Amino acid sequence: MGAARPTMPALLFAAIVGWAVPATAQPTRQAEGCVACHLETGDDRLVKPAKAFAGDIHAAKGFGCVACHGGDAKQQGMEAMDRAQGYVGKPDRQQVVQVCGRCHADARFMKQYNPSLRVDQVIEYATSVHGRRLRELNDPKVAVCTSCHPAHSIKPPSDPTSSVHPLRVVDTCGTCHADAKYMTGYRIPTDQLSKYKTSVHWKTMSAKSDLSAPTCNKCHGNHGAAPPGVSWVGTVCGQCHTVMAELFTKSPHAKVFAAMGVPGCVTCHESHAIQEAGDEMLGLRDKAVCASCHSASDKAGKSAAEMRALIDSLRNESDKARAILRQAEHAGMDVSQAQFDLNEAKGALVKARAAVHAFAVDAVKKETDAGLGVSAKAHARGVRALRELQFRRAGLVVFLVIIVALIAALVLKIRQLERRQQSRTGG
Amino acid sequence: MAVSETRHGKLRTWLDQRIGLADLEKLARKKQVPVHRHGLWYYFGGMTLFLFVVQVATGILLLLYYRPSAEEAYESIQFLMAEVEFGWLIRSIHAWSANLMILALFVHLFSVLLLKAYRPPREVTWLSGMALLGVALAFEFTGYLLPWNELAYFATKVSTETTGAIPLVGRFLLRLLRGGDEVTGATLTRFYGIHVAVLPALVTLALGLHLYLVHKHGMSVPPGVEREDAPRFMPFVPNFLLRDVVGWLSAVAILAALAAFLPAELGKKADPFAPAPVGIKPEWYFVFMFQTLKYLPGHILGIEGEIVGVVGFGLGGVLLLLTPFLDRRAVRGEPSPLFTLIGIALIVYVLALTYLGYTASPTK
Repeated sequence: MGAARPTMPALLFAAIVGWAVPATAQPTRQAEGCVACHLETGDDRLVKPAKAFAGDIHAAKGFGCVACHGGDAKQQGMEAMDRAQGYVGKPDRQQVVQVCGRCHADARFMKQYNPSLRVDQVIEYATSVHGRRLRELNDPKVAVCTSCHPAHSIKPPSDPTSSVHPLRVVDTCGTCHADAKYMTGYRIPTDQLSKYKTSVHWKTMSAKSDLSAPTCNKCHGNHGAAPPGVSWVGTVCGQCHTVMAELFTKSPHAKVFAAMGVPGCVTCHESHAIQEAGDEMLGLRDKAVCASCHSASDKAGKSAAEMRALIDSLRNESDKARAILRQAEHAGMDVSQAQFDLNEAKGALVKARAAVHAFAVDAVKKETDAGLGVSAKAHARGVRALRELQFRRAGLVVFLVIIVALIAALVLKIRQLERRQQSRTGG
Repeated sequence: MAVSETRHGKLRTWLDQRIGLADLEKLARKKQVPVHRHGLWYYFGGMTLFLFVVQVATGILLLLYYRPSAEEAYESIQFLMAEVEFGWLIRSIHAWSANLMILALFVHLFSVLLLKAYRPPREVTWLSGMALLGVALAFEFTGYLLPWNELAYFATKVSTETTGAIPLVGRFLLRLLRGGDEVTGATLTRFYGIHVAVLPALVTLALGLHLYLVHKHGMSVPPGVEREDAPRFMPFVPNFLLRDVVGWLSAVAILAALAAFLPAELGKKADPFAPAPVGIKPEWYFVFMFQTLKYLPGHILGIEGEIVGVVGFGLGGVLLLLTPFLDRRAVRGEPSPLFTLIGIALIVYVLALTYLGYTASPTK
């Protein structure tokens, strides 16, 4: 596998693509002539692009047809399509990268329109599987710029209707990669799209509208798209899961996995169908992934079981404390401080779950011990609150008995008093 | 003198010579309360006063822990509820007693209205009573914000916004109440000052006048009873007072039970940047007005509905205040069924709108 750095052929490729200064790519408003004829032809192949271009980001920035297709913008008829004037017609696949790269690889030119937009797409593309196959094999099926950014209706990724909006990237890649017939001959699976759509990443993105969740390009790169290498999968996942990745790198598994030739994270967590990691993955029971290599008879198997027991106990104790505090709260007791403090146990549980990636019992125990201490204190406060509640209710009963007795005594006193007053007035 | 000293003790004699205890005792013994079929309603004035005393006592205890700032108010009450011995009891009794006091006050008001106790020469007693109603509502309104929790914050925001709808002076009043354009820590400090200093001073004046006038004119006998028969009387001390104490003890028992089973909640701390909770509404005694405003159309005769509502309530309040001067038949000692009808309609209206306020959808 080649490294991600641009190789010499890639740089050469980029140089060829980017040699021409985008002289024809100045914003021109000549499009009316091209569009008028194209719309009149009645030929769908010619009408559709002319219609669609009105919504294209390039049209919005003032670019016309000749910016990409070349030709003479000053001419109104067929003369505009003069090859002597640089007219290229519909660029072929090799040409597409050149045409787009003329502007998009020119930092000075691009700054006028979008200073924050990267200008290394062509170089990156040259390092990608797509770019290499195009360059080396002239593969007619690999993706070029327009495969993902449909010509004449290109929109920025922030536009929800764009083919490269985070929510639509997966379907854009899936257009080819999920098409088993199209992918015949490449000897790669075509179930990535369906698998990804069952993953926690897609749920986070689609259901929780968290657009920062990873989709294809976050792990594979977009213009430099390539499958992560076995030895550096962890680096890809570690872009977001930093703590786990760091712990894993220092763990005994990092070396063993490398020696075995199996990738890091995905061996336990899957690649595209990544599910929400649960405690059941740890240990040696039913769904535990550790059990696929370890058993109760080996040392690591025992450690896995021990780590699971520690995490289970923290989870149970923290749940128990939360339940008793909730019971006290529902009974009207103020336990908000204890509930707030119990959040530390939740934090400890999160840290303990992350610490599992060090694959060392001590690392997990350090976190669970802290969490168990917090849970025990919170539980004790819950017990105290419920006892206080009992005391209040018992106190109320005693108080009510005294009040009722006082009322009864007063009523008797009033009666006695009035009887005496009556007998006095009567007498 | 020697005989008196032997009978009452030296301290009593000493006090009598200096503050005139015997005169006070004579005064108390002289006071009589009419006995008739509507006598039950006489107890609600005393009940309101008793609950007010409970408010003062528990309020003073709360002052020992309460810190009136947006940063500390909520936390100080949280500390009081969770850590201070019987802090929960004091706060719960203060909160519940406030509600019961308003309830007793309303019962007292409507019983006085329906029994026409505002007839001459008790017009000023009625006016001082109405002033006390205003002060009591102001106590409730300002006290509600003090815990600085979510519910209090947004309820105050909504209620003060309604003040802004008063024509001409609305904007000024809104800023005066809030201490700025928004409900902030400045509003809290302001409400606190009003709650613990301004209103107690006002209540002392109004209550002093009210009690003096009640004593001066005695209890009013309803015109119906007066026309039928000359009523019997019972001594205020001890017959009526002991009955009062029975009522007060019952109130204490109810307060204790409410505090033990439904302690005052604190909820979440106010967050001015959070969205208002769904179905936010003011305290129950303001709900009928709140609900009425919701039913009013956007515009009435070209004027904003809310303004019409607020002005309408203002006029209603003025008419209620002037009842003793408007009810001319009652002044002449004749039956005045129209005012009885208005009183009953008012009770039905308040009850119905309050009921709707709690049962109708929050968006209607």
